[in-house]
Amino acid sequence: MKTAFNYFLHRLGPLAVAGLLLTTACGPAADDPIPEPFGAPTPYVLQLPPQFPKPPAPPADNPLTVEGVELGRHLFYEKALSLDNSKSCGSCHQQSKAFTDGLARAEGVGGTRHGRSAMALQNLLWEPRLTWDGAHTSLEQQARVPIENPLELHQPLAAGVTRLQKLAKYPELFGKAFGTSQITEDRVLKALAQFERTLISGNSRFDRYRRGDQDILTADEVRGMELFSVHPNGRLRGGNCSDCHGGTLQTDRNFRNNGLDATFGADLGLGALTGKPTDHGKFRVPSLRNIALTAPYMHDGRLATLEDVLDHYNEHVQFSSPNLDPLMLNTTNDPLQISPNLELTPQEKRQIVAFLKTLTDEEFVKDSRFAAPE
Amino acid sequence: MFFSRFASVATSLALGALLLGSCTDKKDDPAAEPQTSVFSVELENTVGNRSLNLDTDTYTTAAGDQFTISTFKYYLSNLELLRADGSALALPDTYFLVDHANKASQKLELSTVPVGDYTGLRFVVGVDSARTKAGNFSGVLGDDQGMWWEWSKEFINVKLEGTSPQAAKGGLVFHIAGFKGANGANNTIRTVTLPFPSGSKLLVRPDHTPEIHLQVDAARMFSGRNTIRFATVSNTMGGPASVQVADNIAAGMFRIDHLHAN
Repeated sequence: MKTAFNYFLHRLGPLAVAGLLLTTACGPAADDPIPEPFGAPTPYVLQLPPQFPKPPAPPADNPLTVEGVELGRHLFYEKALSLDNSKSCGSCHQQSKAFTDGLARAEGVGGTRHGRSAMALQNLLWEPRLTWDGAHTSLEQQARVPIENPLELHQPLAAGVTRLQKLAKYPELFGKAFGTSQITEDRVLKALAQFERTLISGNSRFDRYRRGDQDILTADEVRGMELFSVHPNGRLRGGNCSDCHGGTLQTDRNFRNNGLDATFGADLGLGALTGKPTDHGKFRVPSLRNIALTAPYMHDGRLATLEDVLDHYNEHVQFSSPNLDPLMLNTTNDPLQISPNLELTPQEKRQIVAFLKTLTDEEFVKDSRFAAPE
Repeated sequence: MFFSRFASVATSLALGALLLGSCTDKKDDPAAEPQTSVFSVELENTVGNRSLNLDTDTYTTAAGDQFTISTFKYYLSNLELLRADGSALALPDTYFLVDHANKASQKLELSTVPVGDYTGLRFVVGVDSARTKAGNFSGVLGDDQGMWWEWSKEFINVKLEGTSPQAAKGGLVFHIAGFKGANGANNTIRTVTLPFPSGSKLLVRPDHTPEIHLQVDAARMFSGRNTIRFATVSNTMGGPASVQVADNIAAGMFRIDHLHAN
């Protein structure tokens, strides 16, 4: 008898419990909030540029929705997320500059200076590791950092949430995005991440050339593209750029020491994160898409122009720098393969710079979907 | 309620019927699909008999040159399982990129493999020229994997980067790449055949998940058929020196360590 009863419980117990739960959830309990009128959000269909690799799926608990992305856009430009209502994400990540700020090192609230340069925000959904040292692996997790960092927006996200709750537009925006008007830290981060995943740049002249419009680049730009991608070996001439800045996304997503300094200062890059001396001085290989818009260059913005960048790789690499990348050590156009330097001619450097400017995506920096809301 | 109970009973009956049906089919129908299962290949990258630790460890070649490794990546493709009668089972569309910096890439999972007793493994080190010419790449063959030469439209088959005090400028860049050149003179794609140690067979069975453990000795890029001294060759990206390294890779970089029946 007992066995039979257990059997009954075992089989029907979960159903009964589920039934009770459902009843409770549906019942008009006195302290329940008023049911909210929001329907399910609309799935957002990402338009991927031709030839781009298949991106990893977004996290299962944060699918892209039209309403989530729209909320994220509002939050991206929301100054209430900063300590003194002076700055938003969009202050250091300006669309016209491919979401950088034109400064060597980013400026936070009250004029504080970050140690590093604001990175371009583009094609982030393909990036397995974010920021200059790869400290973050998800956009949701990363979004909290600049909000709370004393050198950036300098306000605990919890305080930001309290502020958002007092702004008239947000209950409805959160409701449309997440089903209820409740504003939480988790939802703020999710919406920001959704917006960031839509920032896709893939319609530069370089892209159109690759899709078959062979007349869109000048002869100098095409020569620059060849130099950009070729390993020099004494017979073939090249800048050897694409070993790191290769492929459709213009990055190998790696971390390398490109020989800026013979000895390292306070910022050890990847080494500070991993604690490994062999990682000291390594920083992320950034995508070169829209690179003409993101000056100044390097993790600390020390190089003002693209010409300066070419000069660095051609003649200023610090060969005594610890952990210098082997590709920096071994690459030269010297026919005898003896010179330590890259040995590009001034004309070749100009041609590579001309090619780099073909990576600018004018549509991306003017796309109203990414602009501050009206 | 009545309907849903009826539906669930009906589903159970239908499911039972299907299960029964499938059992019967397998026994009696000779035209049924051949049974398939899975196996995996585990790759243990080493330098000699030492573990490969990127950046931190210094190794010595057979010829006595010291070196470190910062990058070690290679393609394995066109896997085949060999049978005792000399025939081979090609595993279609098998392209893998093994990257020492990515642990997950060091285990190759093969599925829908016809059951059988297999006595060896054959594979291409690199990406075959037919696939290269066919284009339309994605996944591990994508141009974002750091293994594609845009200007010559060829793959880097094996990539080793590092440092050596014997190298003229201190760096090692071995991009064993390409297949072009007159009469394939610069072909660096190699096929490796590895019979399993005598007596051992890979038994692919529905209820087994066997594993082949390969030792991949990076130091064998520099010895074997041709002795590579870093004072002479520290920077090769296709061409004659890369061909010498490819011959070394074919001669001895891969070794069957053991099989797990599982």
